[in-house]
Amino acid sequence: MTLKNHYLLISFGILALIGGFAPLFAESYFISLCTLVLIYAIFAMSIDILAGYAGRTSLCHGAIFGSAAYMAMYYVTIFGGSPAWAFVFGILMAIAISLIFGVLAVRASGVYFLLLTLALGMIVWGICQRWTSVTGGENGLRGNIRPEWLADPNHFYYFVLCIFILAAFMMWRFVSSPFGLGLKGIRESESRMRSLGYNTTLHLIMAFVVSGIGAGLAGILYAFFNSFISPSSVSLTQSVKGLLMVIVGGVGTLFGSFVGAGVLIALENLVSSFTQRWSFVMGLTFVVTMILLPSGIVGRLLATKPS
Amino acid sequence: MSFFLFQLINSLTFAALLFLVASGFTLIFGLMRIVNLAHGALYLLGGYIAYAAIHLTGNFFLGIVCAVAILAIFGIFEQYLLKFARGVDLRQVLITLGLAVMINDLCLVIFGGETLSIPVPELFKNSLEVFDFTYPKYRLFVLFVGASVFVFLTLLMDKTKLGALIRAGVDDRETIEALGVDISRIFLITFMIGMALVAIAGALGGAFLSLYPTADSEILVFSLAIVIIGGRGSLLGAAVGSIVVSMLSTFGQVWFPELSYFVIFGPMALLLAFRPNGLFGRPI
Repeated sequence: MTLKNHYLLISFGILALIGGFAPLFAESYFISLCTLVLIYAIFAMSIDILAGYAGRTSLCHGAIFGSAAYMAMYYVTIFGGSPAWAFVFGILMAIAISLIFGVLAVRASGVYFLLLTLALGMIVWGICQRWTSVTGGENGLRGNIRPEWLADPNHFYYFVLCIFILAAFMMWRFVSSPFGLGLKGIRESESRMRSLGYNTTLHLIMAFVVSGIGAGLAGILYAFFNSFISPSSVSLTQSVKGLLMVIVGGVGTLFGSFVGAGVLIALENLVSSFTQRWSFVMGLTFVVTMILLPSGIVGRLLATKPS
Repeated sequence: MSFFLFQLINSLTFAALLFLVASGFTLIFGLMRIVNLAHGALYLLGGYIAYAAIHLTGNFFLGIVCAVAILAIFGIFEQYLLKFARGVDLRQVLITLGLAVMINDLCLVIFGGETLSIPVPELFKNSLEVFDFTYPKYRLFVLFVGASVFVFLTLLMDKTKLGALIRAGVDDRETIEALGVDISRIFLITFMIGMALVAIAGALGGAFLSLYPTADSEILVFSLAIVIIGGRGSLLGAAVGSIVVSMLSTFGQVWFPELSYFVIFGPMALLLAFRPNGLFGRPI
Protein backbone atom coordinates (compact mmCIF):
# COMPACT_ATOMS: atom_id res chain seq x y z
CA MET A 1 0.00 0.00 0.00
CA THR A 2 2.81 2.42 0.85
CA LEU A 3 4.47 1.53 -2.41
CA LYS A 4 1.26 2.44 -4.21
CA ASN A 5 1.24 5.72 -2.35
CA HIS A 6 4.76 6.40 -3.58
CA TYR A 7 3.64 5.79 -7.14
CA LEU A 8 0.81 8.21 -6.59
CA LEU A 9 3.15 10.86 -5.19
CA ILE A 10 5.59 10.46 -8.08
CA SER A 11 2.83 10.69 -10.65
CA PHE A 12 1.50 13.74 -8.82
CA GLY A 13 4.94 15.33 -9.08
CA ILE A 14 5.32 14.58 -12.77
CA LEU A 15 1.84 15.90 -13.49
CA ALA A 16 2.55 19.06 -11.50
CA LEU A 17 5.75 19.61 -13.48
CA ILE A 18 3.97 19.11 -16.80
CA GLY A 19 1.04 21.22 -15.64
CA GLY A 20 3.21 24.07 -14.38
CA PHE A 21 5.52 24.37 -17.35
CA ALA A 22 3.31 23.22 -20.21
CA PRO A 23 2.89 26.69 -21.76
CA LEU A 24 6.68 27.07 -22.03
CA PHE A 25 7.15 24.27 -24.52
CA ALA A 26 3.78 23.16 -25.86
CA GLU A 27 1.73 24.37 -28.79
CA SER A 28 -1.38 26.40 -28.22
CA TYR A 29 -3.60 23.50 -29.25
CA PHE A 30 -2.11 21.36 -26.50
CA ILE A 31 -2.60 24.18 -24.00
CA SER A 32 -6.27 24.47 -24.85
CA LEU A 33 -6.63 20.71 -24.38
CA CYS A 34 -4.93 20.93 -20.99
CA THR A 35 -7.27 23.75 -20.01
CA LEU A 36 -10.24 21.63 -20.99
CA VAL A 37 -8.90 18.66 -19.01
CA LEU A 38 -8.56 20.83 -15.90
CA ILE A 39 -12.09 22.20 -16.31
CA TYR A 40 -13.56 18.74 -16.75
CA ALA A 41 -11.48 17.44 -13.87
CA ILE A 42 -13.18 19.95 -11.56
CA PHE A 43 -16.52 18.84 -12.99
CA ALA A 44 -15.75 15.14 -12.52
CA MET A 45 -14.42 15.63 -8.99
CA SER A 46 -17.63 17.38 -8.05
CA ILE A 47 -19.60 14.37 -9.29
CA ASP A 48 -17.26 12.07 -7.39
CA ILE A 49 -18.05 13.82 -4.10
CA LEU A 50 -21.57 12.47 -4.41
CA ALA A 51 -20.91 9.23 -6.28
CA GLY A 52 -17.84 8.13 -4.41
CA TYR A 53 -18.32 9.48 -0.90
CA ALA A 54 -22.07 9.74 -0.45
CA GLY A 55 -22.92 6.73 -2.62
CA ARG A 56 -25.33 8.78 -4.74
CA THR A 57 -24.68 8.55 -8.47
CA SER A 58 -26.01 11.71 -10.03
CA LEU A 59 -27.06 12.35 -13.60
CA CYS A 60 -27.99 16.00 -13.17
CA HIS A 61 -24.57 17.57 -12.81
CA GLY A 62 -24.48 18.42 -16.50
CA ALA A 63 -27.54 20.55 -15.83
CA ILE A 64 -25.88 22.37 -12.92
CA PHE A 65 -22.71 22.81 -14.98
CA GLY A 66 -24.73 24.14 -17.91
CA SER A 67 -27.01 26.45 -16.02
CA ALA A 68 -24.07 28.13 -14.29
CA ALA A 69 -22.44 28.52 -17.70
CA TYR A 70 -25.67 29.95 -19.15
CA MET A 71 -25.95 32.36 -16.25
CA ALA A 72 -22.40 33.64 -16.69
CA MET A 73 -22.85 33.92 -20.44
CA TYR A 74 -26.21 35.66 -20.17
CA TYR A 75 -24.97 38.08 -17.54
CA VAL A 76 -22.05 39.29 -19.64
CA THR A 77 -23.34 39.12 -23.22
CA ILE A 78 -26.97 40.19 -22.83
CA PHE A 79 -27.14 41.95 -19.49
CA GLY A 80 -23.77 43.60 -20.08
CA GLY A 81 -22.24 42.96 -16.66
CA SER A 82 -18.62 42.40 -15.75
CA PRO A 83 -16.99 38.95 -15.91
CA ALA A 84 -16.11 39.02 -12.22
CA TRP A 85 -19.73 39.37 -11.24
CA ALA A 86 -20.65 36.75 -13.82
CA PHE A 87 -18.53 34.39 -11.75
CA VAL A 88 -20.45 35.23 -8.61
CA PHE A 89 -23.85 34.93 -10.26
CA GLY A 90 -22.90 31.68 -11.94
CA ILE A 91 -21.96 30.19 -8.57
CA LEU A 92 -25.19 31.50 -7.03
CA MET A 93 -27.12 29.88 -9.85
CA ALA A 94 -25.36 26.57 -9.21
CA ILE A 95 -26.12 26.84 -5.49
CA ALA A 96 -29.79 27.61 -6.14
CA ILE A 97 -30.27 24.74 -8.58
CA SER A 98 -28.38 22.21 -6.53
CA LEU A 99 -30.30 23.24 -3.42
CA ILE A 100 -33.63 22.58 -5.17
CA PHE A 101 -32.40 19.34 -6.72
CA GLY A 102 -30.80 18.25 -3.47
CA VAL A 103 -33.95 18.76 -1.44
CA LEU A 104 -35.95 16.76 -3.98
CA ALA A 105 -33.49 13.99 -4.65
CA VAL A 106 -31.59 13.05 -1.50
CA ARG A 107 -34.52 11.16 -0.02
CA ALA A 108 -33.91 8.54 -2.67
CA SER A 109 -30.87 6.34 -3.07
CA GLY A 110 -29.45 3.89 -5.57
CA VAL A 111 -31.34 3.55 -8.84
CA TYR A 112 -34.13 5.86 -7.66
CA PHE A 113 -31.64 8.66 -7.05
CA LEU A 114 -30.23 8.13 -10.52
CA LEU A 115 -33.73 8.33 -12.01
CA LEU A 116 -34.73 11.42 -10.12
CA THR A 117 -31.58 13.33 -10.91
CA LEU A 118 -31.87 12.25 -14.54
CA ALA A 119 -35.42 13.61 -14.71
CA LEU A 120 -34.46 16.82 -12.91
CA GLY A 121 -31.52 17.38 -15.22
CA MET A 122 -33.76 16.84 -18.22
CA ILE A 123 -36.08 19.62 -17.06
CA VAL A 124 -33.22 22.08 -17.16
CA TRP A 125 -32.29 20.84 -20.61
CA GLY A 126 -35.93 21.21 -21.74
CA ILE A 127 -36.04 24.76 -20.44
CA CYS A 128 -32.76 25.71 -22.14
CA GLN A 129 -34.08 24.22 -25.36
CA ARG A 130 -37.45 25.97 -25.34
CA TRP A 131 -37.11 29.20 -23.40
CA THR A 132 -35.75 30.83 -26.51
CA SER A 133 -36.13 34.43 -25.37
CA VAL A 134 -33.53 33.92 -22.64
CA THR A 135 -31.38 30.97 -23.66
CA GLY A 136 -31.41 31.46 -27.41
CA GLY A 137 -32.86 27.97 -27.93
CA GLU A 138 -30.91 25.69 -30.22
CA ASN A 139 -28.63 28.56 -31.27
CA GLY A 140 -27.41 29.03 -27.74
CA LEU A 141 -25.52 32.06 -26.48
CA ARG A 142 -22.29 33.24 -28.01
CA GLY A 143 -19.76 35.83 -27.01
CA ASN A 144 -16.28 36.26 -25.62
CA ILE A 145 -16.77 36.88 -21.93
CA ARG A 146 -13.15 36.60 -20.82
CA PRO A 147 -11.76 39.78 -19.29
CA GLU A 148 -8.76 41.50 -20.94
CA TRP A 149 -6.13 40.03 -18.67
CA LEU A 150 -7.25 36.46 -19.47
CA ALA A 151 -7.47 36.94 -23.22
CA ASP A 152 -4.12 35.22 -23.78
CA PRO A 153 -4.64 31.40 -23.77
CA ASN A 154 -1.56 30.87 -21.61
CA HIS A 155 -2.78 33.31 -18.99
CA PHE A 156 -6.17 31.65 -19.03
CA TYR A 157 -4.49 28.27 -18.64
CA TYR A 158 -2.64 29.40 -15.52
CA PHE A 159 -5.83 30.94 -14.19
CA VAL A 160 -7.70 27.64 -14.62
CA LEU A 161 -4.74 25.74 -13.14
CA CYS A 162 -4.84 27.92 -10.01
CA ILE A 163 -8.57 27.44 -9.63
CA PHE A 164 -8.18 23.73 -10.23
CA ILE A 165 -5.54 23.37 -7.52
CA LEU A 166 -7.63 25.42 -5.13
CA ALA A 167 -10.82 23.48 -5.90
CA ALA A 168 -9.07 20.11 -5.74
CA PHE A 169 -7.51 20.97 -2.40
CA MET A 170 -10.81 22.15 -0.99
CA MET A 171 -12.69 19.10 -2.23
CA TRP A 172 -10.01 16.83 -0.80
CA ARG A 173 -10.24 18.63 2.54
CA PHE A 174 -14.01 18.35 2.33
CA VAL A 175 -14.12 14.60 1.83
CA SER A 176 -11.46 13.88 4.45
CA SER A 177 -13.07 16.15 7.07
CA PRO A 178 -15.38 14.73 9.76
CA PHE A 179 -18.22 15.90 7.54
CA GLY A 180 -16.87 13.80 4.67
CA LEU A 181 -16.47 10.82 6.97
CA GLY A 182 -20.09 11.30 7.91
CA LEU A 183 -20.94 11.09 4.22
CA LYS A 184 -19.07 7.81 3.94
CA GLY A 185 -21.02 6.57 6.91
CA ILE A 186 -24.25 7.45 5.11
CA ARG A 187 -23.01 5.61 2.05
CA GLU A 188 -22.42 2.48 4.10
CA SER A 189 -25.60 2.59 6.13
CA GLU A 190 -27.94 5.53 6.21
CA SER A 191 -30.23 4.07 8.86
CA ARG A 192 -27.33 3.46 11.23
CA MET A 193 -26.05 7.02 10.82
CA ARG A 194 -29.54 8.30 11.50
CA SER A 195 -29.83 6.27 14.67
CA LEU A 196 -26.45 7.67 15.74
CA GLY A 197 -28.07 11.07 15.73
CA TYR A 198 -26.91 12.41 12.37
CA ASN A 199 -29.37 14.45 10.36
CA THR A 200 -28.63 12.47 7.23
CA THR A 201 -30.99 14.42 4.97
CA LEU A 202 -29.36 17.72 5.84
CA HIS A 203 -25.92 16.12 5.54
CA LEU A 204 -26.71 14.90 2.03
CA ILE A 205 -28.27 18.18 0.94
CA MET A 206 -25.14 20.03 2.06
CA ALA A 207 -22.94 17.56 0.21
CA PHE A 208 -25.15 18.02 -2.85
CA VAL A 209 -24.73 21.79 -2.72
CA VAL A 210 -20.97 21.57 -2.28
CA SER A 211 -20.78 19.24 -5.24
CA GLY A 212 -23.09 21.57 -7.17
CA ILE A 213 -20.74 24.49 -6.50
CA GLY A 214 -17.91 22.45 -8.02
CA ALA A 215 -19.97 21.65 -11.09
CA GLY A 216 -21.03 25.29 -11.39
CA LEU A 217 -17.43 26.46 -11.12
CA ALA A 218 -16.46 24.12 -13.95
CA GLY A 219 -19.43 25.38 -15.97
CA ILE A 220 -18.41 29.02 -15.61
CA LEU A 221 -14.83 28.24 -16.57
CA TYR A 222 -16.20 26.35 -19.56
CA ALA A 223 -18.23 29.38 -20.63
CA PHE A 224 -15.07 31.50 -20.32
CA PHE A 225 -13.09 28.94 -22.27
CA ASN A 226 -15.52 28.13 -25.04
CA SER A 227 -17.24 31.50 -25.58
CA PHE A 228 -20.30 29.55 -26.63
CA ILE A 229 -22.96 27.61 -24.80
CA SER A 230 -25.88 25.65 -26.22
CA PRO A 231 -28.43 23.15 -24.89
CA SER A 232 -26.07 20.30 -25.74
CA SER A 233 -23.74 21.50 -22.95
CA VAL A 234 -26.63 21.05 -20.52
CA SER A 235 -27.87 17.76 -21.89
CA LEU A 236 -27.73 14.30 -20.44
CA THR A 237 -24.64 13.61 -22.56
CA GLN A 238 -22.76 16.17 -20.48
CA SER A 239 -23.71 14.43 -17.24
CA VAL A 240 -22.87 11.07 -18.78
CA LYS A 241 -19.49 12.37 -19.86
CA GLY A 242 -18.73 13.64 -16.37
CA LEU A 243 -19.86 10.41 -14.77
CA LEU A 244 -17.85 8.37 -17.24
CA MET A 245 -14.73 10.34 -16.30
CA VAL A 246 -15.37 9.51 -12.65
CA ILE A 247 -15.90 5.84 -13.42
CA VAL A 248 -12.95 5.46 -15.78
CA GLY A 249 -10.70 7.09 -13.19
CA GLY A 250 -12.16 5.27 -10.25
CA VAL A 251 -15.18 6.12 -8.12
CA GLY A 252 -14.30 7.40 -4.67
CA THR A 253 -10.80 8.58 -5.56
CA LEU A 254 -10.77 12.29 -6.30
CA PHE A 255 -7.46 11.90 -8.13
CA GLY A 256 -9.15 9.30 -10.35
CA SER A 257 -11.57 11.91 -11.64
CA PHE A 258 -8.63 13.94 -12.86
CA VAL A 259 -7.13 10.89 -14.57
CA GLY A 260 -10.51 10.06 -16.06
CA ALA A 261 -10.91 13.59 -17.40
CA GLY A 262 -7.48 13.38 -19.01
CA VAL A 263 -8.15 9.98 -20.56
CA LEU A 264 -11.58 10.94 -21.87
CA ILE A 265 -10.56 14.30 -23.33
CA ALA A 266 -7.55 12.67 -24.98
CA LEU A 267 -9.76 9.91 -26.35
CA GLU A 268 -12.32 12.41 -27.58
CA ASN A 269 -9.68 14.32 -29.50
CA LEU A 270 -8.13 11.21 -30.89
CA VAL A 271 -11.48 9.82 -32.04
CA SER A 272 -12.73 13.15 -33.37
CA SER A 273 -9.68 13.50 -35.56
CA PHE A 274 -10.80 10.66 -37.80
CA THR A 275 -14.50 10.16 -37.20
CA GLN A 276 -17.51 12.17 -36.15
CA ARG A 277 -18.87 9.34 -34.06
CA TRP A 278 -17.45 10.43 -30.71
CA SER A 279 -20.69 9.92 -28.84
CA PHE A 280 -20.93 6.35 -30.12
CA VAL A 281 -17.40 5.69 -28.89
CA MET A 282 -18.28 7.31 -25.58
CA GLY A 283 -21.27 4.99 -25.13
CA LEU A 284 -19.10 2.03 -26.05
CA THR A 285 -16.42 3.10 -23.57
CA PHE A 286 -19.11 3.34 -20.93
CA VAL A 287 -20.40 -0.18 -21.57
CA VAL A 288 -16.93 -1.70 -21.80
CA THR A 289 -15.73 0.06 -18.63
CA MET A 290 -18.77 -1.08 -16.69
CA ILE A 291 -18.17 -4.65 -17.79
CA LEU A 292 -14.38 -4.93 -17.64
CA LEU A 293 -13.08 -2.25 -15.29
CA PRO A 294 -15.85 -1.17 -12.92
CA SER A 295 -13.42 0.08 -10.28
CA GLY A 296 -11.61 2.38 -12.72
CA ILE A 297 -7.92 2.96 -13.43
CA VAL A 298 -6.87 4.53 -10.15
CA GLY A 299 -9.25 2.29 -8.23
CA ARG A 300 -7.58 -0.75 -9.78
CA LEU A 301 -4.09 0.57 -9.02
CA LEU A 302 -4.98 1.27 -5.42
CA ALA A 303 -6.62 -2.09 -4.81
CA THR A 304 -4.51 -4.21 -2.45
CA LYS A 305 -5.07 -7.36 -4.46
CA PRO A 306 -6.08 -7.30 -8.10
CA SER A 307 -9.45 -8.95 -8.58
CA MET B 1 -66.05 23.59 -25.25
CA SER B 2 -65.23 21.55 -28.30
CA PHE B 3 -61.68 22.89 -28.02
CA PHE B 4 -61.47 21.49 -24.52
CA LEU B 5 -62.91 18.16 -25.65
CA PHE B 6 -60.45 18.05 -28.53
CA GLN B 7 -57.51 18.62 -26.16
CA LEU B 8 -58.91 16.04 -23.78
CA ILE B 9 -59.03 13.34 -26.45
CA ASN B 10 -55.62 14.46 -27.66
CA SER B 11 -54.18 13.91 -24.22
CA LEU B 12 -55.85 10.51 -23.95
CA THR B 13 -54.37 9.33 -27.25
CA PHE B 14 -50.98 10.61 -26.15
CA ALA B 15 -51.47 8.77 -22.86
CA ALA B 16 -52.11 5.56 -24.81
CA LEU B 17 -48.80 5.97 -26.59
CA LEU B 18 -46.97 6.77 -23.37
CA PHE B 19 -48.51 3.72 -21.74
CA LEU B 20 -47.04 1.50 -24.46
CA VAL B 21 -43.57 2.77 -23.58
CA ALA B 22 -43.99 3.01 -19.83
CA SER B 23 -45.65 -0.36 -19.24
CA GLY B 24 -42.59 -2.28 -20.41
CA PHE B 25 -40.35 0.17 -18.62
CA THR B 26 -42.14 -0.25 -15.31
CA LEU B 27 -42.32 -4.06 -15.58
CA ILE B 28 -38.58 -4.27 -16.17
CA PHE B 29 -37.96 -1.85 -13.32
CA GLY B 30 -40.25 -3.77 -11.02
CA LEU B 31 -38.86 -7.18 -11.79
CA MET B 32 -35.17 -6.56 -12.31
CA ARG B 33 -34.78 -3.52 -10.02
CA ILE B 34 -33.08 -1.72 -12.85
CA VAL B 35 -34.34 0.90 -15.22
CA ASN B 36 -33.62 0.38 -18.84
CA LEU B 37 -32.34 3.83 -19.74
CA ALA B 38 -32.06 2.70 -23.35
CA HIS B 39 -35.85 2.64 -23.53
CA GLY B 40 -36.13 6.10 -25.07
CA ALA B 41 -33.43 5.35 -27.62
CA LEU B 42 -35.13 2.06 -28.45
CA TYR B 43 -38.42 3.88 -29.00
CA LEU B 44 -36.63 6.01 -31.57
CA LEU B 45 -34.89 3.01 -33.11
CA GLY B 46 -38.18 1.11 -33.32
CA GLY B 47 -39.78 4.08 -35.05
CA TYR B 48 -36.92 4.36 -37.54
CA ILE B 49 -36.97 0.63 -38.31
CA ALA B 50 -40.70 0.80 -38.89
CA TYR B 51 -40.18 3.85 -41.10
CA ALA B 52 -37.59 2.04 -43.21
CA ALA B 53 -39.66 -1.14 -43.43
CA ILE B 54 -42.80 0.77 -44.40
CA HIS B 55 -40.86 2.52 -47.14
CA LEU B 56 -39.61 -0.79 -48.46
CA THR B 57 -42.81 -2.81 -48.25
CA GLY B 58 -45.48 -0.13 -48.31
CA ASN B 59 -47.38 -1.90 -45.56
CA PHE B 60 -47.84 -0.17 -42.21
CA PHE B 61 -48.46 -3.32 -40.21
CA LEU B 62 -45.52 -5.16 -41.74
CA GLY B 63 -43.41 -2.21 -40.57
CA ILE B 64 -44.58 -2.68 -37.01
CA VAL B 65 -43.88 -6.42 -37.16
CA CYS B 66 -40.36 -5.73 -38.41
CA ALA B 67 -39.67 -3.24 -35.62
CA VAL B 68 -41.02 -5.65 -32.99
CA ALA B 69 -38.91 -8.53 -34.29
CA ILE B 70 -35.65 -6.57 -34.45
CA LEU B 71 -36.08 -4.96 -31.06
CA ALA B 72 -36.99 -8.27 -29.44
CA ILE B 73 -33.72 -9.68 -30.74
CA PHE B 74 -31.94 -6.62 -29.41
CA GLY B 75 -33.60 -7.32 -26.06
CA ILE B 76 -31.91 -10.73 -25.93
CA PHE B 77 -28.57 -9.10 -26.67
CA GLU B 78 -29.02 -6.42 -24.01
CA GLN B 79 -30.09 -8.99 -21.47
CA TYR B 80 -26.92 -10.92 -22.24
CA LEU B 81 -24.77 -7.82 -21.70
CA LEU B 82 -26.47 -7.09 -18.39
CA LYS B 83 -25.51 -10.52 -17.10
CA PHE B 84 -21.90 -9.31 -16.86
CA ALA B 85 -22.87 -6.97 -14.07
CA ARG B 86 -25.30 -9.30 -12.39
CA GLY B 87 -26.30 -8.31 -8.89
CA VAL B 88 -24.99 -4.75 -9.07
CA ASP B 89 -28.03 -2.71 -10.05
CA LEU B 90 -26.23 0.56 -10.57
CA ARG B 91 -23.68 -0.95 -12.93
CA GLN B 92 -26.46 -2.52 -14.96
CA VAL B 93 -28.30 0.79 -15.23
CA LEU B 94 -25.11 2.48 -16.37
CA ILE B 95 -24.65 -0.18 -19.04
CA THR B 96 -28.12 0.60 -20.38
CA LEU B 97 -27.18 4.27 -20.32
CA GLY B 98 -24.11 3.56 -22.43
CA LEU B 99 -26.26 1.56 -24.84
CA ALA B 100 -28.70 4.47 -25.06
CA VAL B 101 -25.91 6.83 -26.10
CA MET B 102 -24.69 4.33 -28.70
CA ILE B 103 -28.13 3.65 -30.20
CA ASN B 104 -28.91 7.33 -30.38
CA ASP B 105 -25.72 8.05 -32.28
CA LEU B 106 -26.28 5.08 -34.56
CA CYS B 107 -29.76 6.39 -35.42
CA LEU B 108 -28.23 9.76 -36.23
CA VAL B 109 -25.73 8.14 -38.60
CA ILE B 110 -28.26 6.00 -40.42
CA PHE B 111 -31.30 8.23 -40.53
CA GLY B 112 -29.79 11.68 -40.25
CA GLY B 113 -30.94 14.63 -38.21
CA GLU B 114 -34.04 15.43 -40.27
CA THR B 115 -37.53 15.03 -38.87
CA LEU B 116 -39.11 11.95 -40.39
CA SER B 117 -42.77 11.08 -40.36
CA ILE B 118 -44.25 7.64 -40.87
CA PRO B 119 -47.16 7.83 -43.34
CA VAL B 120 -50.53 7.05 -41.77
CA PRO B 121 -52.10 3.90 -43.29
CA GLU B 122 -54.89 4.40 -45.86
CA LEU B 123 -57.43 2.86 -43.53
CA PHE B 124 -57.10 5.62 -40.92
CA LYS B 125 -56.33 8.56 -43.18
CA ASN B 126 -59.53 10.53 -42.77
CA SER B 127 -61.36 11.86 -39.75
CA LEU B 128 -64.22 10.58 -37.76
CA GLU B 129 -67.22 12.90 -37.54
CA VAL B 130 -69.72 12.79 -34.72
CA PHE B 131 -72.25 15.64 -34.87
CA ASP B 132 -70.06 18.70 -35.47
CA PHE B 133 -67.00 17.18 -33.85
CA THR B 134 -64.27 15.80 -36.10
CA TYR B 135 -61.28 13.84 -34.96
CA PRO B 136 -58.50 12.06 -36.89
CA LYS B 137 -59.18 8.32 -37.00
CA TYR B 138 -55.52 7.43 -36.65
CA ARG B 139 -55.22 8.88 -33.17
CA LEU B 140 -58.33 6.98 -32.11
CA PHE B 141 -56.62 3.85 -33.43
CA VAL B 142 -53.62 4.59 -31.18
CA LEU B 143 -55.99 5.02 -28.26
CA PHE B 144 -57.55 1.67 -29.11
CA VAL B 145 -54.16 -0.05 -29.28
CA GLY B 146 -53.13 1.45 -25.94
CA ALA B 147 -56.33 0.35 -24.26
CA SER B 148 -56.15 -3.17 -25.66
CA VAL B 149 -52.51 -3.54 -24.61
CA PHE B 150 -53.54 -2.48 -21.12
CA VAL B 151 -56.30 -5.13 -21.06
CA PHE B 152 -54.00 -7.75 -22.54
CA LEU B 153 -51.20 -7.07 -20.05
CA THR B 154 -53.58 -7.01 -17.11
CA LEU B 155 -54.99 -10.39 -18.15
CA LEU B 156 -51.48 -11.71 -18.71
CA MET B 157 -50.37 -10.62 -15.27
CA ASP B 158 -53.51 -11.70 -13.41
CA LYS B 159 -54.60 -14.88 -15.16
CA THR B 160 -51.54 -16.69 -16.47
CA LYS B 161 -48.74 -18.61 -14.82
CA LEU B 162 -46.16 -16.33 -16.42
CA GLY B 163 -47.97 -13.34 -14.95
CA ALA B 164 -47.99 -14.93 -11.53
CA LEU B 165 -44.24 -15.57 -11.79
CA ILE B 166 -43.58 -11.98 -12.83
CA ARG B 167 -45.70 -10.64 -9.98
CA ALA B 168 -43.92 -12.92 -7.55
CA GLY B 169 -40.61 -11.71 -8.95
CA VAL B 170 -41.61 -8.09 -8.40
CA ASP B 171 -42.55 -8.80 -4.80
CA ASP B 172 -39.71 -11.04 -3.74
CA ARG B 173 -37.11 -12.11 -6.24
CA GLU B 174 -34.97 -14.14 -3.86
CA THR B 175 -37.79 -16.35 -2.65
CA ILE B 176 -39.03 -17.44 -6.04
CA GLU B 177 -35.44 -18.10 -7.08
CA ALA B 178 -35.10 -20.29 -4.01
CA LEU B 179 -38.30 -22.09 -5.05
CA GLY B 180 -36.52 -23.32 -8.14
CA VAL B 181 -37.83 -20.90 -10.75
CA ASP B 182 -35.33 -19.98 -13.45
CA ILE B 183 -35.51 -16.25 -12.86
CA SER B 184 -33.25 -15.29 -15.75
CA ARG B 185 -35.78 -16.80 -18.17
CA ILE B 186 -38.52 -14.65 -16.64
CA PHE B 187 -36.20 -11.64 -16.92
CA LEU B 188 -35.63 -12.39 -20.57
CA ILE B 189 -39.33 -12.78 -21.37
CA THR B 190 -40.25 -9.57 -19.55
CA PHE B 191 -37.46 -7.77 -21.31
CA MET B 192 -38.68 -8.95 -24.69
CA ILE B 193 -42.26 -7.96 -23.90
CA GLY B 194 -40.99 -4.52 -23.00
CA MET B 195 -38.96 -4.29 -26.20
CA ALA B 196 -41.93 -5.38 -28.32
CA LEU B 197 -44.14 -2.76 -26.70
CA VAL B 198 -41.61 0.00 -27.17
CA ALA B 199 -41.21 -0.99 -30.83
CA ILE B 200 -44.97 -0.72 -31.36
CA ALA B 201 -44.91 2.63 -29.60
CA GLY B 202 -42.09 3.85 -31.82
CA ALA B 203 -43.94 2.86 -34.97
CA LEU B 204 -47.25 4.34 -33.85
CA GLY B 205 -45.65 7.46 -32.41
CA GLY B 206 -43.60 7.96 -35.56
CA ALA B 207 -46.79 8.66 -37.43
CA PHE B 208 -48.26 11.32 -35.17
CA LEU B 209 -45.34 12.77 -33.22
CA SER B 210 -42.76 12.20 -35.99
CA LEU B 211 -39.18 11.02 -35.40
CA TYR B 212 -36.23 13.30 -34.70
CA PRO B 213 -32.90 12.89 -32.88
CA THR B 214 -33.99 14.31 -29.51
CA ALA B 215 -37.31 12.42 -29.39
CA ASP B 216 -35.62 9.68 -27.39
CA SER B 217 -34.82 11.86 -24.38
CA GLU B 218 -38.30 13.34 -24.40
CA ILE B 219 -39.92 9.92 -24.35
CA LEU B 220 -37.46 8.71 -21.71
CA VAL B 221 -38.26 11.64 -19.45
CA PHE B 222 -41.98 11.06 -19.86
CA SER B 223 -41.57 7.40 -18.96
CA LEU B 224 -39.42 8.29 -15.96
CA ALA B 225 -42.08 10.69 -14.75
CA ILE B 226 -44.76 8.05 -15.27
CA VAL B 227 -42.86 5.41 -13.33
CA ILE B 228 -42.03 7.85 -10.55
CA ILE B 229 -45.70 8.86 -10.32
CA GLY B 230 -47.21 5.41 -10.81
CA GLY B 231 -44.76 3.39 -8.80
CA ARG B 232 -42.34 0.62 -9.67
CA GLY B 233 -43.71 -2.47 -11.36
CA SER B 234 -47.38 -1.51 -11.33
CA LEU B 235 -49.37 -1.67 -14.58
CA LEU B 236 -52.26 0.29 -13.12
CA GLY B 237 -49.72 2.84 -11.90
CA ALA B 238 -48.28 3.09 -15.39
CA ALA B 239 -51.76 3.64 -16.85
CA VAL B 240 -52.73 6.30 -14.31
CA GLY B 241 -49.29 7.87 -14.58
CA SER B 242 -49.55 8.02 -18.38
CA ILE B 243 -52.89 9.81 -18.19
CA VAL B 244 -51.66 12.27 -15.56
CA VAL B 245 -48.45 13.03 -17.42
CA SER B 246 -50.08 13.42 -20.83
CA MET B 247 -52.84 15.65 -19.45
CA LEU B 248 -50.29 17.85 -17.71
CA SER B 249 -48.17 18.04 -20.82
CA THR B 250 -51.07 18.63 -23.26
CA PHE B 251 -52.80 21.30 -21.20
CA GLY B 252 -49.45 22.71 -20.12
CA GLN B 253 -48.59 23.18 -23.78
CA VAL B 254 -51.86 25.03 -24.34
CA TRP B 255 -51.60 27.27 -21.31
CA PHE B 256 -47.85 27.77 -20.80
CA PRO B 257 -46.25 26.86 -24.11
CA GLU B 258 -42.70 27.83 -23.12
CA LEU B 259 -42.67 25.99 -19.83
CA SER B 260 -44.74 22.94 -20.77
CA TYR B 261 -41.83 20.69 -19.95
CA PHE B 262 -41.74 22.07 -16.46
CA VAL B 263 -45.43 21.56 -15.74
CA ILE B 264 -45.07 17.77 -15.56
CA PHE B 265 -42.48 17.90 -12.85
CA GLY B 266 -44.10 20.18 -10.31
CA PRO B 267 -46.73 17.57 -9.38
CA MET B 268 -44.13 14.82 -9.63
CA ALA B 269 -41.92 16.55 -7.08
CA LEU B 270 -44.89 17.13 -4.79
CA LEU B 271 -45.93 13.52 -5.03
CA LEU B 272 -42.44 12.35 -4.21
CA ALA B 273 -42.38 14.45 -1.10
CA PHE B 274 -45.43 12.62 0.25
CA ARG B 275 -45.32 9.20 -1.42
CA PRO B 276 -41.71 8.37 -2.30
CA ASN B 277 -42.74 5.05 -3.85
CA GLY B 278 -45.31 6.54 -6.20
CA LEU B 279 -49.07 6.06 -6.18
CA PHE B 280 -49.18 2.28 -6.56
CA GLY B 281 -45.60 1.24 -5.88
CA ARG B 282 -44.17 -0.79 -3.06
CA PRO B 283 -40.81 -0.07 -1.45
CA ILE B 284 -37.83 -1.99 -2.77
